[in-house]
Amino acid sequence: MNRRHLLIAATAGLGLLTATGAYAQQTVKIGLILPMSGPFASTGRQIEGMAKLYMAQNGNMVAGKKIELIVKDDTGTADVTKRIAQELVVNEKVSVLAGFGLTPLALATAPIATQAKVPTIVMAAATSIITEQSPYIVRTGFTLPQVTAPLAEWAPKNGIKKVVTLVSDYGPGHDAEKAFKETFTKGGGQVLAELRVPMANPEFAPFLQRARDAKPDALFVFVPSGVGSAVMKQFAERELAKDGIRLIVTGDVLDDDILNGMGDTALGVVSSHHYSAAHNSPENKALVEAFKKSNNMRPNFHGVGGYDGMHLIYQALKKTNGDADGTKLLEAMKGQSWTSPRGPVSIDPETRDIVQNVFIRKVEKVNGELYNVEFATIEKVKDPVKAAKK
Amino acid sequence: MLTILFDGFAYGMILFVLACGLSVTLGLMNFINLAHGAFAMAGGYLTVVLMNRFGVSFFLCIPAGFLVSAALGILLERTLYVRLYARSHLDQVLFSIGLVFMAVSGIDYFMGAQQQLITLPPSLQGRVNLFGIQVGVYRLFVIAICLVLALALQLVLTRTRFGSQLRAAVDDARVARGLGINVSLIFTFTFAFGSGLAGLGGVLGAEILGMDPTFPLKFMIYFLVVISVGGTTTLTGPLLASILLGIADVAGKYYVPTVGSFIIYTIMVVVLILRPQGLFGRATTR
Repeated sequence: MNRRHLLIAATAGLGLLTATGAYAQQTVKIGLILPMSGPFASTGRQIEGMAKLYMAQNGNMVAGKKIELIVKDDTGTADVTKRIAQELVVNEKVSVLAGFGLTPLALATAPIATQAKVPTIVMAAATSIITEQSPYIVRTGFTLPQVTAPLAEWAPKNGIKKVVTLVSDYGPGHDAEKAFKETFTKGGGQVLAELRVPMANPEFAPFLQRARDAKPDALFVFVPSGVGSAVMKQFAERELAKDGIRLIVTGDVLDDDILNGMGDTALGVVSSHHYSAAHNSPENKALVEAFKKSNNMRPNFHGVGGYDGMHLIYQALKKTNGDADGTKLLEAMKGQSWTSPRGPVSIDPETRDIVQNVFIRKVEKVNGELYNVEFATIEKVKDPVKAAKK
Repeated sequence: MLTILFDGFAYGMILFVLACGLSVTLGLMNFINLAHGAFAMAGGYLTVVLMNRFGVSFFLCIPAGFLVSAALGILLERTLYVRLYARSHLDQVLFSIGLVFMAVSGIDYFMGAQQQLITLPPSLQGRVNLFGIQVGVYRLFVIAICLVLALALQLVLTRTRFGSQLRAAVDDARVARGLGINVSLIFTFTFAFGSGLAGLGGVLGAEILGMDPTFPLKFMIYFLVVISVGGTTTLTGPLLASILLGIADVAGKYYVPTVGSFIIYTIMVVVLILRPQGLFGRATTR
């Protein structure tokens, strides 16, 4: 190759380089990693539907940048999540990672977020520790202690003094169990037994029987949403309510996705959570309507985490004037506040966790369908685990 | 104590109804049919669709679940399974697990990934007082069906002409053919029957176990534990194994919750060490 050829090649290469550079500047890519298949697919569907709905409503241009959403299926397996996150960062050069249906999936991605300085929005996974694993993780979903503690506070004031807890034996379950016990005993309540059920467990008879034999005022349950219906059914089948045992649960058990199918067994069950499709606000009514139209299902609490996650990214980009540099974007996310369909929310600048209202709700029939109807609000709840550490 | 015993028994019966179809296809036909759960899921989803979309009574769903799954069984047996009888067990495993994944994605695509729930008719809800213990009506109902089923199956296999023809066909298809037995018809019929039983298990299990697209994978382990503990050559084996496992599982989780979920596996390991052919299996001479 003579010198002239070399020169041409070099110029062409340079041209190509600047061309891709310019392209990268015009597009901001968001890598959305979700369980789209496998047992947690419904979480993925909800969040994907919400992210797309948000983009349809708000356009794909922010501060002069085109937003591109790349949705990847991690099947709910941590090593797949990690591999996809790596690919998205290295090959696709995404500016933001988002999604994460389960705690281990978010934890697997934490080191990548830190190393690549890519803001990582956790939209669903709900153990408290997640945001502590990387300074680049921001959460728009919720934490289990955050939604559990208000219920534990409410219970002793409403005639529930003795409780048996029943949780799934994994990170979020342990979080819920601990948060409930701490707050409940502080309020003068007594936890008679703490039961943990294995994740793969189709039969709740022994646990419910144990709860019944302990003769509590109420049974507190946290299990992931699909499992919840089995617990509800067996609770009803065993007629524990007739023995004077009330059922109080976190909102996961009464997931809006499946609540209506549970039938009348769910009526009257009290729960606490940060989002209900029946939340009475104009923002939420508009969202429910739009989501039903585009996805043919009710939005649930994971979905709203996805919607707000997209909103946070848009807001941050507006604030940096379109600069998608990871660190700048992250700084712009801290302290953001807005009115979400679930009510007023903000991102705690110190913990990067969402601060939000938590509601105490009761299952009621509205227009022939079952909904979690909110009747009490605890305002601006922070994750109590991190608040206690300070 | 008695309640635990009853719950364990009922749970065992659900395991049995799910697994007995497999002991027909796997045990009697010597075909490693890991897609068993997919047929169970077919029954379960049929119930969900019939009850929730068309308001069909649960009692009608029970025979419907059996018949539709059996029809599905005939279809698949004639088109796919029949090609794999002579192949190695590894091929059969790969083939049937492939079917499972197809069923999982198919259901996911058409029905969505969320849990599907049914509401039992009022006559099956609640509990009754039986000899001083509180028992769920539905569980009692499941137990009754299972016992009748187990008895009928055992009689068919050991006392009827069809039963002996089937056993002959499995043991040596060539000789059986020589004796004028229509082996392929018998196999089709048996396979359909096994699939129908799976579907029945799905219908009865839908209420207690729940229905979602991962059902066949989630419960595969339970079918296999029951079959391996019980042995595959008889039906009484899986029946007694299910009862044993159900009671051990429920009692274990009640009395020693911290290790309770391992008990079922511990029993399996111990049984397989002592009797590799299962509790009630005859040692194979082949």
